[in-house]
Amino acid sequence: MNRRENLKLLFTGSLASGFLLTNCAPEDKTADFSPKIAGGTPGGRTAEEIAYDQRLLSETFFTEEERKKLDVLVDIIMPADSESGSATDAGVPDFIEFMMKDYTPYQTPMRGGLMWLDHYSDDSYGKKFLELSESERMEIIDLIAWPDKAKPEMEGGVKFFNMLRNLTSTGYFTSEIGFKYLGYKGNTPNVWDGVPDEVMKKHGFAYEEKYLSQYLKPDERGKIAEWDDEGNLIG
Amino acid sequence: MSFEIKSSGEAYDVIIVGSGAGGGMASKILSEAGLSVAVLEAGGDFDPAKEEDRTQLRYPWESPRRGSGTPTRPFGDFDQAIGGWDIAGEPYTRSSGTSFDWFRSRMLGGRTNHWGRISLRFGPNDFKRSSIDGLGDDWPIGYDDVKPYYDKVDKLIGVFGTKEGIYNEPDGFFLPPPKPRLHEMFVAKGAKKANIPVIPSRLSMLTRPVNNERGVCFFCNQCNRACQAYADFSSGTVLVKPAMAKGKVELYTNAMVRAVTTDDSGKATGVSYVSKVDMKEYKLRARVVVLGASACESARIMMNSKSKTHPNGVGNSSGMVGRYLHDSTGADRMAIMPDLIDRERYNEDGVGGMHVYTPWWLDNKKLDFARGYHIEYWGGMSMPSYGIGFAMDTMRKHIKDEFGNPSPNGGYGEGLKKDIRRYYGSTLGMSGRGESIPQYSNYCEIDPNVVDKFGIPVLKFTYNWTDQEIKQAKHMQDTFEEILTNAGAVLLGNKPGPESKYGLAGPGRIIHEVGTTRMGDNPATSVLNSNCQAHDCNNLFVVDAGPFVSQADKNPTWTILALAWRTSDFIVSELKKKNI
Repeated sequence: MNRRENLKLLFTGSLASGFLLTNCAPEDKTADFSPKIAGGTPGGRTAEEIAYDQRLLSETFFTEEERKKLDVLVDIIMPADSESGSATDAGVPDFIEFMMKDYTPYQTPMRGGLMWLDHYSDDSYGKKFLELSESERMEIIDLIAWPDKAKPEMEGGVKFFNMLRNLTSTGYFTSEIGFKYLGYKGNTPNVWDGVPDEVMKKHGFAYEEKYLSQYLKPDERGKIAEWDDEGNLIG
Repeated sequence: MSFEIKSSGEAYDVIIVGSGAGGGMASKILSEAGLSVAVLEAGGDFDPAKEEDRTQLRYPWESPRRGSGTPTRPFGDFDQAIGGWDIAGEPYTRSSGTSFDWFRSRMLGGRTNHWGRISLRFGPNDFKRSSIDGLGDDWPIGYDDVKPYYDKVDKLIGVFGTKEGIYNEPDGFFLPPPKPRLHEMFVAKGAKKANIPVIPSRLSMLTRPVNNERGVCFFCNQCNRACQAYADFSSGTVLVKPAMAKGKVELYTNAMVRAVTTDDSGKATGVSYVSKVDMKEYKLRARVVVLGASACESARIMMNSKSKTHPNGVGNSSGMVGRYLHDSTGADRMAIMPDLIDRERYNEDGVGGMHVYTPWWLDNKKLDFARGYHIEYWGGMSMPSYGIGFAMDTMRKHIKDEFGNPSPNGGYGEGLKKDIRRYYGSTLGMSGRGESIPQYSNYCEIDPNVVDKFGIPVLKFTYNWTDQEIKQAKHMQDTFEEILTNAGAVLLGNKPGPESKYGLAGPGRIIHEVGTTRMGDNPATSVLNSNCQAHDCNNLFVVDAGPFVSQADKNPTWTILALAWRTSDFIVSELKKKNI
């Protein structure tokens, strides 16, 4: 499955732990697979997965200069406003740093795109991107941020900014700050009893009469199921 | 829990290879009959109730890749199927010009830890397709042979659904289903206009308990992460661990089985396996060997078990091992629902899958392809993960302001931030999963030129779709557009056409591969008899999806479980009669 297919699935749906040592000889049990750098994914990881996350976390992709540029760019894409913090507040640059190493096809377009920004700034204003005034920076951004309006010769810049917009947006909305801003309500134990009545009414829906008696009744979910011989629930 | 690696000579009544649905069920039934059982699993131990194995209820920021997939976990960083289509050191090959992708999970419970829990019975027609359309072969057994076992599986494991009285979608012993979500109401409206049925789905999650050992669903939508309350069906937590707790089952993890060993008379004597811990080979002995390693892995083991009496591999006198490999067909479509932009927020997680689905509803006599498909629906306000906010360079135009003016594609800033918030939860889509026609010419065989890191010869796949599957995918695409458009949704992307086989997923991508050790009454054209016993080795059995003669448009797991139970009963009875 390639990354694009992953995305399709994710649109729809959705290590601090020890290595599983079952069936190991005693000397193997002393082997220490525990992560030394915080931040790897927890939960049922194999030794190879732990080692892989550790390696990526120990490496640095962006140079200091690149990282400064990245911080400016992600906050242009997801700025702070009256309701919530910015992309840098939400830790987006760290996430992008990790993704560069986790999915290496990102590396060249990202590095090249950041360089291109400097070239374009230099050609237009005789200065590098970070040395530009805010309004000068935004003049360049506006040339590459609107795919349907951008001039054909800016296509490379548009693609770079599309990638940056994707990573910044996804990094933002998968952060704690982003969840609060989004108003996400799930990921907690609960009892599903259907769409709230007022929402159903607003959209002109009602649950089908013939199924109403068959749907799960929250107050019965502790009772062990029993059936008659025909498969009808009786208890 | 830990076990010493047994040296050569250790003997059991039964060795079971694989701890997925088939191996798990066999371990339970055989051990409860008083037999001593060894279960060999190629991966590690796994228990989602243990904190160190838990990914359920974790937030995306607990993953440095925010839940994005990896080669080891293609369905996401928190998904609990460790393995994937490409496993380092465990290659497979393909004949040129053909495709097959082989998904494997190396862990206790195998792929049942993450599967969709869609638990459909095969119907009476599904066992007799050749009699209906003249293609492929009938099974040597019928629905009535399997029905008692489906009933027992329903009661033991638990599945929700509703009694519908549809002939080829037999009803079972159902738990109460959850009410539909909002996007599912839209889909049902669109389908109804097209005279397409939408009924409560049938998934093996406990909306009510079936015993005192397992908890009930707490509606987190994350069954693919394996349930810490054991409220969904995973073989490890529901079958293998409970069987082990009763004391007659020993589990060997990290044990990669290479071959079934046989004696001069051709009877199975046990298995030979490579321990992943020390990379040494070990042998275990048993009176009966049961293969449940998955359709292709079991076929591989059989073909690699060559001896004087079994020169083509054990069970393979007919040359049929590996033949008739077939996967479900699959195609998808996605859309955006304008009515769901700016929607009210509430917890819409529900169970880890769709609350409604469409069973096959048409008569093939009036269509240009054989066999049917069911439709799975998706969408809603599920937890954001890697991918949320992507593609605003093409999708943002679908978000309109209060005056009906569309937002410009792309952009940045507060406006973009707001638009992503407004857009969240407004996309939906559907996937068709259908029945393909088994072909002798679609198969796996041993590649004599390639071994895996354990020195075991690997599988080589040869697989092509036929016009039947391509025409079915075309029909799916037409249906998807009709339902989505009727529902008021705006279709996204272009309709897949002939250049992409109408979006038909490549063989192996739907992960329902079956048929490699098919059952039949004729030993010349089948590998196993109707009790899943090898025609040419009477103490060798197969309990995964290899025995399937045809796949139906249903997911295979519920039938694997029913057949494994039936086969286990047969083994117990044959041992009692001293026939094996």
